[in-house]
Amino acid sequence: MPELIRIELFKIFRKPRTFIAFLAITAIVGLIQMGFYVDGESYINFGMQTLADTFDVNGKVLNGYLLAYIILQTLLVHVPLLIALVSGDMISGEANMGTLRLLITKPVSRAKLISAKFLASSIYTLLLLIWMAVWALFISMLVFGTDDMIIMKSEVVTQIIEKDVMWRYVAAFGFAALAMVTVSSLAFFLSIFAENSIGPIIACMSIVIVFTILNTLNLPIFNTVKPYLFTSHMLGWKGFFDVKVNADNEQIVGSVENLPAVLKSAAILFIHIIGFWAASVIVFRRKDILS
Amino acid sequence: MTPIIEVEHLGKRFSDFTAVDDLSFTVNQGDVYGFLGQNGAGKSTTIRMLLTLIAPTAGRIKIFGKDIMAARNEILNQTGAVIERPDLYKYLTAKENLAVFARLSGIRPTETMLMKKLDQVGLADRALSKVKTFSQGMKQRLGIAVALVHDPSLIILDEPTNGLDPQGIADMRNLIISLSRDQGKTVLVSSHLLSEMEQMATRMIIIDKGRKIVEGDMKELLDPSHVLLEIKTVDQETSLNWIRNSSWGQQPVKVHNGAIQIRMERKDISSFSRELMNAGADIIAINPRNSLEEYFLTITGRDQYAGADQDRAF
Repeated sequence: MPELIRIELFKIFRKPRTFIAFLAITAIVGLIQMGFYVDGESYINFGMQTLADTFDVNGKVLNGYLLAYIILQTLLVHVPLLIALVSGDMISGEANMGTLRLLITKPVSRAKLISAKFLASSIYTLLLLIWMAVWALFISMLVFGTDDMIIMKSEVVTQIIEKDVMWRYVAAFGFAALAMVTVSSLAFFLSIFAENSIGPIIACMSIVIVFTILNTLNLPIFNTVKPYLFTSHMLGWKGFFDVKVNADNEQIVGSVENLPAVLKSAAILFIHIIGFWAASVIVFRRKDILS
Repeated sequence: MTPIIEVEHLGKRFSDFTAVDDLSFTVNQGDVYGFLGQNGAGKSTTIRMLLTLIAPTAGRIKIFGKDIMAARNEILNQTGAVIERPDLYKYLTAKENLAVFARLSGIRPTETMLMKKLDQVGLADRALSKVKTFSQGMKQRLGIAVALVHDPSLIILDEPTNGLDPQGIADMRNLIISLSRDQGKTVLVSSHLLSEMEQMATRMIIIDKGRKIVEGDMKELLDPSHVLLEIKTVDQETSLNWIRNSSWGQQPVKVHNGAIQIRMERKDISSFSRELMNAGADIIAINPRNSLEEYFLTITGRDQYAGADQDRAF
């Protein structure tokens, strides 16, 4: 199995399209960082003006931690497309090239072959997230420095002390990886049914978009299915930045306000991943290779 | 003779279409086994079933004495194949492609081994070129190298001469003959180049509409003592009726290109001609022919048979 995964990763990273996602993330993150570097203070001041009337805010509000949060919030909605570019091509691309039939004639079981491809596309997704973490978090920390992190939401302002931030990012990126692997798994599953990669990529994005729209519609008929849609749980990473406070309204270091909800979301995403993998194996084992 | 491939009552249906129907044949060790049939006859479907690309809906396949479904990996470990087009990873070099498929076959390729295999198919000087720069013929040769990279004892080739120039076709023929004769490998090869097949196959099968028409040794089927006799007469219908109603009518008879065709032993030509003339036929020409092409055209021209049972072997 490790040899099969190595072969699949070798093939993934020899394809030019693989690097589109890395370049896109580098470019988008770089643009956001440049924008904040040039004009970030006025943006922050605008956002802080209501707070400034009530609180005395000292220190570096625009720091690497806050910028990483902004970048994550902006980018994670669009990353699924970049992931689907590769995962949606894993089987359909081979069928399109005609190499799938040659692969099947090799002495490797279909279940092993599909699992190796599945794991390779998941590893690609994880590497993309690590790349994003390096650029969004570490480069931002390097350029903008670090301090306590202030997050403004519609009704709540959360201040997380500096020493309590890094582990939250590690957890948030871990959760985001789970969410993105779910999308990757869906694109991979869809790629089994197609003989060119456009179909699975568009189908995957359509599903993500439709499910996201369903999440925003507050209608009883949709409310019953929302808890089971993976898109309802993809932004669960934000939960790691909701902190508990004590009686004096001070932050409890290392706390997460609603950890069970975050873990439940993670579990639902994980079940989706296992479900897509199992379905992929079952369908592929029975599939006639006619390409 | 050790049977390498044993196919018993094989069938494959795609919803309402039967691609392969009750097909049985045996390929023995060391055979260069020709797999012949018109387009859509079911050759590729059968080959795909032999390689587990598609599942049969009926029948059984045994390779190396083992059921293909039960011992799939063990069988495929000793099998190399090129199926229709030799599609490879275009973004990888020839050597990288070969290395990938060698690893998938469970061997760790060395530089020497890869270069030797590429040299065997005349691609050593293009080892580092990406496959997207290759001509169809070069891809075909690389496909053969991929099929041979793990030194299989059974080689299945579906139209291996596609895209090759005359020299390439001759090289491929020599390679196939050498694999069988010098290395003792068993080769199942489908091709539409009947003259090539005639030169390299030791046994063959002809299928049509998914069913076997004939199977046997090439020497027996193309026995020089047997010929395909082409007869032109003034009154073709009368001659045809006489042949059908005589003892000669035991053989399949058809009308092709304005001539009656019937297969018989060479020694019987004179007595047949005499009897036909005595029956009142006004003979214009009698032409004995004997080639795989003639044989193939005769046996697969189902719609032109004049009442003969096509499934009966010559």
